[in-house]
This record gives sequence, C-alpha cells and structure tokens, in this order.
Amino acid sequence: MAEPLKAVEPELDTFPRLLLQHARVRPQRPAMREKEYGIWQTLTWADVAAEVRAIACGLATLGFKRGDRLAIIGDNRPRLYCTVAACQCLGGIPVMLYQDAVAEEMAYVLQDAEVKFAVVEDQEQVDKMLEVKDQSATLEHVIYDDPRGLRHYTQAFLLGLAELQEMGRIHDRNQADFLDGEIAKGSSDDISVMLYTSGTTGKPKGVCQTHRAFIAAARGGIQFDRLTEAEDILSYLPMAWVGDHLFSFAQAMVAGFTINCPESGETVMTDLREIGPTYYFAPPRVFENLLTQVMIRMEDASRIKRAIFHKYLDVARRCGADILDGKPVGLGDRIQYWLGNLLVFGPLKNVLGLSRIRVAYTAGAAIGPDLFRFYRSLGVNLKQLYGQTETCAYVCLQPDGQIKLDSVGVPAPAVDVKLAENGEILVRGPMLLKAYYRRPDATAESINAEGYFMTGDAGFFDEDGHLKIIDRAKDVGKLVDGSMFAPNYIENKLKFFQYIKEAVCFGNGREGVTAFINIDLEAVGNWAERRGMAYAGYTDLASQSAVYELMRECVGQVNEDLATDPKMRGSQVQRFLVLHKELDADDGELTRTRKVRRNFIAEKYAVLIEALYAGRASQRIETQVKYEDGRTGVVAADLRIEDARTVGLDPLKQAA
Amino acid sequence: MSAVMTAEAPVAEGRRIGEVILDLQGISLSFGGVKALTNISFNVREHEIRSIIGPNGAGKSSMLNVINGVYHPQEGQIHFHGSRRQKMDPHQAAAQGIARTFQNIALFKGMSVLDNIMTGRSLKMKCGLLRHALYWGPAQREEIAHRRKVEEIIDFLEIQSIRKTPVGRLPYGLQKRVELGRALAAEPSMLLLDEPMAGMNVEEKQDMCRFILDVNDQFGTTIVLIEHDMGVVMDISDRVVVLDYGKKIGDGTPDEVKNNPDVIAAYLGASH
Repeated sequence: MAEPLKAVEPELDTFPRLLLQHARVRPQRPAMREKEYGIWQTLTWADVAAEVRAIACGLATLGFKRGDRLAIIGDNRPRLYCTVAACQCLGGIPVMLYQDAVAEEMAYVLQDAEVKFAVVEDQEQVDKMLEVKDQSATLEHVIYDDPRGLRHYTQAFLLGLAELQEMGRIHDRNQADFLDGEIAKGSSDDISVMLYTSGTTGKPKGVCQTHRAFIAAARGGIQFDRLTEAEDILSYLPMAWVGDHLFSFAQAMVAGFTINCPESGETVMTDLREIGPTYYFAPPRVFENLLTQVMIRMEDASRIKRAIFHKYLDVARRCGADILDGKPVGLGDRIQYWLGNLLVFGPLKNVLGLSRIRVAYTAGAAIGPDLFRFYRSLGVNLKQLYGQTETCAYVCLQPDGQIKLDSVGVPAPAVDVKLAENGEILVRGPMLLKAYYRRPDATAESINAEGYFMTGDAGFFDEDGHLKIIDRAKDVGKLVDGSMFAPNYIENKLKFFQYIKEAVCFGNGREGVTAFINIDLEAVGNWAERRGMAYAGYTDLASQSAVYELMRECVGQVNEDLATDPKMRGSQVQRFLVLHKELDADDGELTRTRKVRRNFIAEKYAVLIEALYAGRASQRIETQVKYEDGRTGVVAADLRIEDARTVGLDPLKQAA
Repeated sequence: MSAVMTAEAPVAEGRRIGEVILDLQGISLSFGGVKALTNISFNVREHEIRSIIGPNGAGKSSMLNVINGVYHPQEGQIHFHGSRRQKMDPHQAAAQGIARTFQNIALFKGMSVLDNIMTGRSLKMKCGLLRHALYWGPAQREEIAHRRKVEEIIDFLEIQSIRKTPVGRLPYGLQKRVELGRALAAEPSMLLLDEPMAGMNVEEKQDMCRFILDVNDQFGTTIVLIEHDMGVVMDISDRVVVLDYGKKIGDGTPDEVKNNPDVIAAYLGASH
C-alpha cells in the first residue's frame, strides 16, 4: 500500500464547492487563460465563478434538472470548462465527447448517455448535432459558444452560450440563493463526470466517476509532486480524455492553478512557448514530434552549429539525467553540462517552451528510451505515469529522482496495486469508477469480489517496487513453440525509431512473428529529400527499395535487442511489409486515442498476413479509405514483403 | 431548367440584396487602337456576389480596373452610390470603400502576415509618420485599435498559426488568403476579387469559397468577382455578367447564363 492521502477539509468535497472556495481565497489569481485576437486573455477565479454561475442559472432556466446529462463537445475553451463546473453545480452529469468524432459516433454516445443538453464549441459541432438530432430522442437543447456562421440557423432548440448566460444572470438576480442551494445539495458521491472509454474493445462504455474519486486522484497527484497554485498548464489535449479532465479540470480545481487554452490546434507549439508551462502533460507522440522537428532543423543548420549541438548533446547524454536526479557527478562533467546549458540546452528548451517545466508527464503509450533520456538529459523532469479512464488516470507515478526508463513508477498515494496469477494488474483505491453507465454486466466483470479493478494490463513489480507493464493481458499470446508473444512490446520497440509511425505485429499461435509497418511521412520524407529521392506521396515513398532497406535496418536492430532477452528471443520479427496507406481512425484502424486495433486490422488485411506467412515476395491489396469529408475512395498497391535480419533464429518455413 | 430572362437578383435567405450601388452605363475603353471594352452596361446591387466571367482576353480585368479607378473609360458613365463618378484614381476608390485583390499576388514577401494585413489599415490611420515612429500617445492607442481589427481578420480567416510568418514562405493558397485579409482590413463596402482561386487545388478552392461567402454574409460586403472556375462561379454568385472580346454577351442569374446560347457559343468556341 502506498502512502496515505493527507486529510482535507471535509466541506471541500465537490468541485462546485472547491470553485467557490477559490473565488473566496484567491479571487484575483488567474484561473484560465485563452489566447484570443493574438493576446492572452485572463479569467481570474472570481471571473470563472461568475461565468459558471451565469451558465448554471441559464441552464436552470431552460429546465435543467439534477441528474440530467449534458454533453460537452469542442476544443479546450475556458467557457467549456466553465460549463463542466456549471453542470456539476446543478447536480447534472457532464458527458465529455471527442470533438473530432464524426456525427455517427457522437449519436451513439448521445443515445447511450441519454443526453438532454449539448454545449458545443462552434458551427462545425452544431452541424453534427443537427445531423444526429433525429436519432437522439432525448436531446432537447443545443448551446453553442462561438456564434460565427450560425446567424441563419433558425432551429428553436439552438441557443448561444452568451444568451444563455444573459438569461442566467436575470435568473440569478431574481433568485439569488437558488444556485447556492443547488450546490449545497451536492454530495461527494454524486457522479461528477462521464468519460467514454476509447473503444479498443467493442462499443465505448460511459465511465461514471464521482466527485470523491476525481478529487482523491487530483489530491494524490498534487501531494506526490508538490504542486501549488502557481503552476501553469497548457490544456490542449481533448477534453474528453481522462488525462485532460484530471490535469486541466480536477487538479486545477483542487490546487487552484492556471490552465491555458491554446488559440487553435495549429498554434499549440507557439502557445506552448509563450506560456512556458511549469506542469505539462503530453503523449509520447508529441515529445517525439518535437524531437523529430528539432533534429530535422539541426540537419539544416550550419556545420559549426551542428558540431556544437552534437558535442553538448553527448555531454547531456553522459551526465544530464544524473544531474537531474541529484546523483553524484564529477566536477568536469558538471562544468561541461553548465556550458552546454548556456549554449545549447537552455536556448533549445526555450524554443520548445520547456524552460519552466517542473514536472512533465507522459503516458498513453510506451515512450522510447532514447526519447525519454533525451528530454531528461536536457534537464526536463519528464516522468511516466500509469492509469486508465476507470481509475481517473491515476494508479502509478514515477517519483522524482527514481526514474526508470521501462517502468511506470510506484503506486500513487492511497492506491493499492496487486498482481493476479496471470500477471494482470489489479487496482483498488478511492479513484475507482462508480460504474459503467447502464452496463451493470460490464461493471461486475471489471471489478472483482475484493473490490479490485481489473485493468487488463499484464505487468510485474521489479526489485525496487516499480511497476513494469508488458502488454494488454489478453494480447499476450504464445507462439507455436510455446514462447511468449507480447505484440505491443515489439511494436513499441519498432515505433521508437523516428522513421516508424505505427507497427502492428502478428504471431499468436503462429511459428514466428511478422509485422506491418507505417513509415513516418515527415521523417522518412525528409530523409528521402536529403538523398535526392523523388516521391509522389505516402504510397509511393512507402514502396521504394531504399525505404525498405531503412526499415530492414530498424527491424534488424529491434531483433538484436529482443535476442538479448531470453523471454523475448523467439519473438524476433521474421518478415515484414510496409503498408500502402497510413492507419487511420477514420477507417476504424486506430482508436480515437490512436491505439492500433490489432484484430480489426488482422481481419481487414487478412490477405496480407496470409502472404507474410506463405512466404510470398509481394501481394496486391486494394483498400477502401474514408476522406475527411466523408467520401470514400480506393487505394491499391502491390506490397513487397521482405525477410528481416534475425539473431539465432531459424527462418520461417517457406510455403510457396 | 427554365430560361426565364429576368435580370432581377434572387433574394438569398437572411441576406437582403439591396439597391443598385454601382451602375455602369455604356462603358468603352481602348488602348490606342485596341478596343478592350465596348459599350458595356451592368450594375451591382448592395450585398450581392456579382461575377464577371469570360474567356481569356475578354476584358474582365480591364473591367475591374475601370471600377477600381485604374483605367478611365473614354465613353460611358459610372454611378457609385447614386452620384456620378468623375475621373479618379485608385486611392480615391479605396477611400470610397472599394478594396481589391490581384490576379498575381501583390503582397510584401518579406513582411509577416500580420504586417501585411496591417498595411490594409493605412488609409484608416490618422497619426503622422513621426508620431508612429515614436509610438507615443494617440499613435500607440491607434495602433492597438488597428491591431485588434487585424487580429479579428486573422481569426476570421483562421490564419492564427502563421501570424508571424513571412508571407514569402507561405504556400500559394495561404498567400491568397492573406491578400484577401489585407483587402478586408480596409473594411470595404465593395470588394473586387481578381481570380481569387486561380492556381489553387480543390481543397484550397473550397476554403476560399467559404471565406468569400462568409465575408459576404457576415460583413454584408458586396463582392465583384472574376473567376475562371465555372463550378465556383455558378455556385456562389447571385448574378453573372459574361464578357467576350470586350462585349457583354450575357447577364443574369447563374441558371440564365448557363442556358444563354451566346454564352454557350463563346465557351464552346463557335466561330466569330
């Protein structure tokens, strides 16, 4: 059992009460910032409380009742975060939807959660709501934040958020004690939010979390990393994702720190630099993109700059992480590192917007050891955490100074972690879900008799008590010879190469492991340009021999690495191919959180897997693709299949 | 489709097309012996999207230059907002609320998007050079107000991410959008667009169409448009005037123009 949570004032047990507390204690501290018209606009805690009050009263005017579900759809906008709190004030349940989902996917959630109100960002989302209105019998009101382009929409159920707030202010003047009464009725066991699972397995399920759970998770994280009201965080990940809800909503509400909403999806890098967050979360892919961009730009820099860059990067690699962890480092290295910080690391971190970072987390997928080490060696306190929607993204955290590349750290405060016989990770604590919405069967299935939530992940504790995750428990299979096959583990090793964007491995019940690979168009494209190779697009580039040669090299290195581990030795990738199209969530191949759906892909590309194991040298494939505007088209290609370099393994039987 | 030959502008939903604000009567323009425009008459109503189409060399750009005050027609009369226009230059046209974009992009390549759009505000600036250089008192307030306006345009055109990027580094489609932004910065009542979609790919064209419609809808700006892409013209225009060899051969709603035998002949290449 991990350390316990510190005791807290009992009256601050729901988010609305926390909000009122901040408005009293630190009314003039910035609560939210948003870049609008090129200037960062600040909302203080007092402003936020007033906004929330107006929205809540407005909703009440429209007939919002306790327990009603309210969908929130849009990019990270202060007024949408305010709406979450407003909904909670009235005892309603905010239902967070992914803003890039297509209308059809939204219709499912709207029906499943029996949503009555939807607060959406803009015209794009309003159009989706209009599309699915007929299928969503319970949907009564659609409220939009940004009125642009909506002037001629005449539907009676549409209303601007500003008008709603105006109605709310009138309501509030007439019945000044109404909202305080509603807030007083709230209990910490009320459901504070519904978040939908990504649907890696079957239809998405609505995870009901209580105020108590999210506040416990937030407090635990704040205690663990000693976060204060002075933190600045950039809120740019989907609001429907549990991590954003924890960091940008729950922790901000508990600690009283500032969230910063970027201007638009394309400006995140600029906004990051301008804000310079002290507390930061990003999935590994974001850190990877950052590094890729830095490396590409360095390749184009002058020789002297390149030389300085690489010299000090070597210094950082040697001693940077140790200095960050407070381990003993020689004086010579310290001086060199100090110089490097002056010449390279400092300016680099400044450009990336990482200068002020005190704590940065990554999770959601495994992070490459090189990538992880790179940021740590620069002095960025990047750590890993482990958690899922059902546990408020809060199970394990890496403590400062005890960072291991391949573990996710120790159990977080108040969290109890144990392993089942088959290696599955079981979790218990205050942050567990209350239930899956209207799915008692699924709830019963995922929580065992002792009250442990079954994560479905397989892992083990190392000698220091750090948890190490191998794979999804159900994905871990066996090869014909009985040796363990952990596809994710291999895929992650492949994806650690900047040239490989996605990989999908197969091998359960087979003689050996094979892989599909997606190249990273940006990185490989740049690599090709530097070699003067011409290419027309993804499909063309992916099929070139030089690219295959590059991939062979990457796969070969992974195999060498796998061969050093006796458990993984048999899992070396024997044959592979480079897919003719990028795996895409719109085609159902990835989840919205960009995890590969291995079984779906195996079914869709069965003919390719067949060819991999049959030993064919190439295979023709036609695939339907869905464009962003909803039209479909066909991509066809002849895919080459190649053998990979392996260490001490017999090649696959050649059937053909 | 019925070929009803009325030149009445259709009334779009929610966007009232108003009175005639620009009326051109019997315009003829020649350069030496070359007749560019011969006896052309048409009008533009408030808030409408009016397209000028025609084959290469038909006189479309000349027509725009006449409206803009760059060329002075030898014959004919121009009435703008009811009063007959005397000889004038483009500067005066701009002061009267006419802004334009060009067939070949005419931006300052080395300047940022923000600064380029800011140049569109120059007519609205009251303070002198010295005060602006010192950035003091009223000049500072003025600059802040103008910057705000420019930021609204940047927001409108969704180009926040390239705000500080030098225009020369942008792809063509975005440069065109910046040019539209600069024209909008003058808060024109009438916007002349010279082939805003030339050389664009389908997606860029769709974006540009949407922006043109949004400008027209949100700001009520009257738009006079030259365009080659027939699909675009027929989709977004309220009325279309067709020129060929400097003469007007058709005028009316997109449907009427599509069915006009002279227009069909001009486009399918009947002998002249």
